[in-house]
Amino acid sequence: MVTEESRKRTAYAGKLGFSMRRRVREKCIEAMLFASAVLSVAIMLAIVVMLVRESIVFFQHVSIWDFLTDTEWTPLFDNAHYGILPLISGTVVSSLIALVVALPLGTIIAIYLSEFAPFAVREIAKPFLELLGGIPTVVYGYFALLFITPLLQSVLPELPGFSLLSAGLVMGIMIIPYVSSMTEDAMRAVPMNLREGSYAMGATRLQTALRVVMPAAFSGIAAAYILGISRAVGETMVVAIAAGMQPNLTWNPMEPAATITAYIVQVSLGDLPHGSIGYQTIFAAGLTLLLLTLVFNIIGHILRKRYREIY
Amino acid sequence: MQTNQEKTMDVMQYKSEVKNLNFYYGQFNALKNINMVLHDKKITALIGPSGCGKSTFLRCFNRMHDLYPGNNYQGEIILHPDDVNILAPNVDPIEVRMRISMVFQKPNPFPKSIYENVAYGLRVRGIKQRAILDERVEEALRNSALWEEVKDRQHDLAFNLSGGQQQRLCIARALATDPEILLFDEPTSALDPIATASIEELITDLKSKVTILIVTHNMQQAARVSDYTAYMYLGELIEFNVTDTIFIKPKNKQTEDYITGRFG
Amino acid sequence: MISGILALMIAVLTFIALFAHMVLDGAPRLTWDFFTSFPSRRAESAGILSAWVGTTLVMLVTAFSAVPLGVAAGVYLEEYAPKNWLTEIIEINVTNLAGVPSIIYGLLALGMFVYQLGFGQSILAAGLALALLILPVVIVATREAIRSIPVAIREGAYALGATKWQTVSDHLLPYSSAGILTGIIIGLARAIGETAPIITIGALTFIAFLPPSPIESEFPFVSFEWLSAPFTVMPIQMFNWVSRPEEAFQLNAAAAGLVLVVMTLAMNGLAIYLRYRMRKNIKW
Repeated sequence: MVTEESRKRTAYAGKLGFSMRRRVREKCIEAMLFASAVLSVAIMLAIVVMLVRESIVFFQHVSIWDFLTDTEWTPLFDNAHYGILPLISGTVVSSLIALVVALPLGTIIAIYLSEFAPFAVREIAKPFLELLGGIPTVVYGYFALLFITPLLQSVLPELPGFSLLSAGLVMGIMIIPYVSSMTEDAMRAVPMNLREGSYAMGATRLQTALRVVMPAAFSGIAAAYILGISRAVGETMVVAIAAGMQPNLTWNPMEPAATITAYIVQVSLGDLPHGSIGYQTIFAAGLTLLLLTLVFNIIGHILRKRYREIY
Repeated sequence: MQTNQEKTMDVMQYKSEVKNLNFYYGQFNALKNINMVLHDKKITALIGPSGCGKSTFLRCFNRMHDLYPGNNYQGEIILHPDDVNILAPNVDPIEVRMRISMVFQKPNPFPKSIYENVAYGLRVRGIKQRAILDERVEEALRNSALWEEVKDRQHDLAFNLSGGQQQRLCIARALATDPEILLFDEPTSALDPIATASIEELITDLKSKVTILIVTHNMQQAARVSDYTAYMYLGELIEFNVTDTIFIKPKNKQTEDYITGRFG
Repeated sequence: MISGILALMIAVLTFIALFAHMVLDGAPRLTWDFFTSFPSRRAESAGILSAWVGTTLVMLVTAFSAVPLGVAAGVYLEEYAPKNWLTEIIEINVTNLAGVPSIIYGLLALGMFVYQLGFGQSILAAGLALALLILPVVIVATREAIRSIPVAIREGAYALGATKWQTVSDHLLPYSSAGILTGIIIGLARAIGETAPIITIGALTFIAFLPPSPIESEFPFVSFEWLSAPFTVMPIQMFNWVSRPEEAFQLNAAAAGLVLVVMTLAMNGLAIYLRYRMRKNIKW
C-alpha cells in the first residue's frame, strides 16, 4: 500500500535530535555564503594593498613633498617631475564645471518630480533619466569632443579642440540623473504631514517645496551632492577624450588639461614595463584618487544614513 | 479500531505538558511560569486580550522563536509519547516543526501551484515519488474540505484562490505531513464570516485526527470549537479548564470579567 | 514648475542631440560588413567583429563570476548575517565599493590579475575586473529583492520543517528572481560600456583576429583557451576611433557608439520593464 509506505517514511516519532548530516550541510552552505560576502572586504583590501604597495616604491623614488608641491607632472620625460598638482587642478576644474551643471539641474528636476509633476510625467521621466544614466561614458566622451566642443567653438572661437570646459559640461549632464534620483529619494522620504502642515498655513507648493521639504531633506540632499562630486572626480572617459591628456597646471576651463583619471588612461595606452617608475606613477595617482573619492563617499553615506534614520 | 483508540487514550491522555514555561524577548519576560496540558485529540483554545502572550505561547510549541535572535526559553514543553522536552537545546527545532505544524493568522500560501503548496512539507522530508505525493496531496486536500473545489485545477497558482480557500490550503499544507499537533494562530481573523464558519467546521472535524491548539481573539469562537480553554493575561496563565466550565462558571474573577465583556 | 520642465527638457534635448548626432554620422556605416570586418587602417573597410566578439566573451566571464558571488553575498547579508561588527563592516564596505571609481578597479586588475596572478592582458583579466566592478550592484539588487518577500512566507516555510537553506533555495530565491535578474541586467549593461578599467589593464586596441573558439569539433568539445587570449571590446574600439584625427574614423566611432548605446539602452530598458511588470504582478 502506498499509504502505509509513505506513512512510515514520515513517521518521525522518537526522532527529535539533530541530524548530523543536515547540520553539516547547512553549515557548509552558510560558510560558502559567508565567504562570498567577505570577498567584498577582500576586494577593498586588495585595492588598498595593491595601490599602497606600488605607491611605496614610487615614494622611495619621489619625496611626498615633491609629489604634493611640484607644479609639473612629466614622469615620462627625461627631466621627470612628479608633482600631482597639475592633475589635481584638472580634476578640480572639470569637476567644478560638472557640478555647476549637475547640482542645480539635478535639484530642480528632483523638486519638480517629487513635488509638482503629475503621475504620468513621473512615470515616464524617471525611467528616461535612468536610461540616460546608463549610457556608456565613452559615448558621452565622443559627444563632448565631436558635438559640444564644435558647438562651443561657434560661440567662443578661441576654444581649443580639447578643453576642460566641454568635458566638464558633458560630465555634468551625465551625472544629472545620478544627482536627481538621489535628491528625489531624499525629498520623498519627507513625511506627508510636514507638507500638509505647510499647506494648512496657506503656503504655496513652491514655498512648501523650498522652505519645508528641502530643509527637512537637507542631509539627504547633501549626500546626493557629495556622492555626485565623488562621481565627477572619479569619471574617466569623458575627460580623457574631450579634455586632452596633457598635464597642465591651470584653473582656466578654456584650456586643455589632464585629470588624475585621464593621466592613468594616457599611461595605460602606452607600453609601460611592469615595475618601471612610470608604472608606479599610475598607482600613486590612483591612490590619490581613491583617497579623494573615499572621503566624499564616506561623508555622503553618513549623511544618507542620517536622513534614513530620521524618517 | 474503537478499542485501539480507547487503549491509546488510556495510555496517554496528554499529548503535551507545559511545565514552568518562561519566555523572554531579550530582557522582557513575555510568558511567566506557565503550567498547562494539551489533551490528546482535543481542541484547546487560548484566549485573552491582545498582547497577553497567547501567540507567543503558541509559537513556543514549534520553536518559531528560534528564528529570531535574542529570544530565550526556560522551562519545559514535554511532547508525548516521546517524553522529550522540545525546548531542550539538544532538540532540533526543525524536527519539532516536522511533528508540530502551524497555520498562521493571514493565509500565507507560497506563490506556487496549489499542488506544490501542499506537497512542500513532504518534499522537505525527502519524498520524491510522484505516486506518494499525489496521494498525500489529495488526502490533505480532502481533509481540509478543499478537494472538490480544486481537484481539477491543482496546478493553478494558489494566489488565485479566495481568502477562505487559501486558508484551507494552508491547513492542507500543514496536514499533509501528518503532524501530531496542529497550531492555529487566529486563523480566521483575516476572513469573512462565511469563510470563518467553514474553517471552524473544518477545525472541529480535524479533532479526530490531530491535537489542536488554537489562539483566538474571538470568545464565541473558542466556545464553539474548543474542548479546553486557557485564559491568559499579561503573560500569565490565569485559568485553564474545560471550555464549558470557563464560560459558565469561571473560578477566577479576571476570567469572568473578560468572558462577560466587563474587561478593563 | 516651469524651471522643472525646462531642466527636464535640457536632459531630453541633450539625449536627442547625442542620439541624432550619432545616427547622422554613424548610421551610413552600419552595414553588414561593419559587423563582420576586423578593424583596419582604412576607415572604410574597418569593422567591429573582434570588438563585439570580445565584448560577448568578456561579459560571459563577468556574468559567470559576478552573479553567483553577488547573489550568495546578498543572501548571506539578508538572511544569515548576525548583527555584529563584522556584518557592519561588510555592509559599509559594499556601499563603499559601489563608489570606487571604475578606473581603480582597472588598477587592481592590472596589479593583481595581469601581473600577480599572471593572467596577462586577457579576456579573463578583463572579465574579472568588470565582475568586481558590478558585484555591489548584484549584491544590493539581491538584498532588496529578498527583503521585499514578506516574513509570512519565510515563517510558512520554516513552520513546515524547512531548513534555512531550503527556505532560501525553494522560496526566497525563486520569488525574488525577477528582482535579482533586473539587478544583473543593469550591472551587465554598466559593464558592457565600461572603458577605463579595460584600458588600464592594457588591452590592445588593434586586434585583427578572433580569440580561439570556445567550442571545438573534437573531444572534449569545449576549450577555455579563449580566456587567456588578447582581445578588444566595443567601448575600446570606439575610444580608439574617437582618438583618431581623421574624420572617416570618427564616423566609425559614431557607428560603434550607436551599436553600444542601443545595446545598453536595450538592456536597461529590459530591466526597467521587468521591474515595472514585477510591481504590477506582486501579490503580497
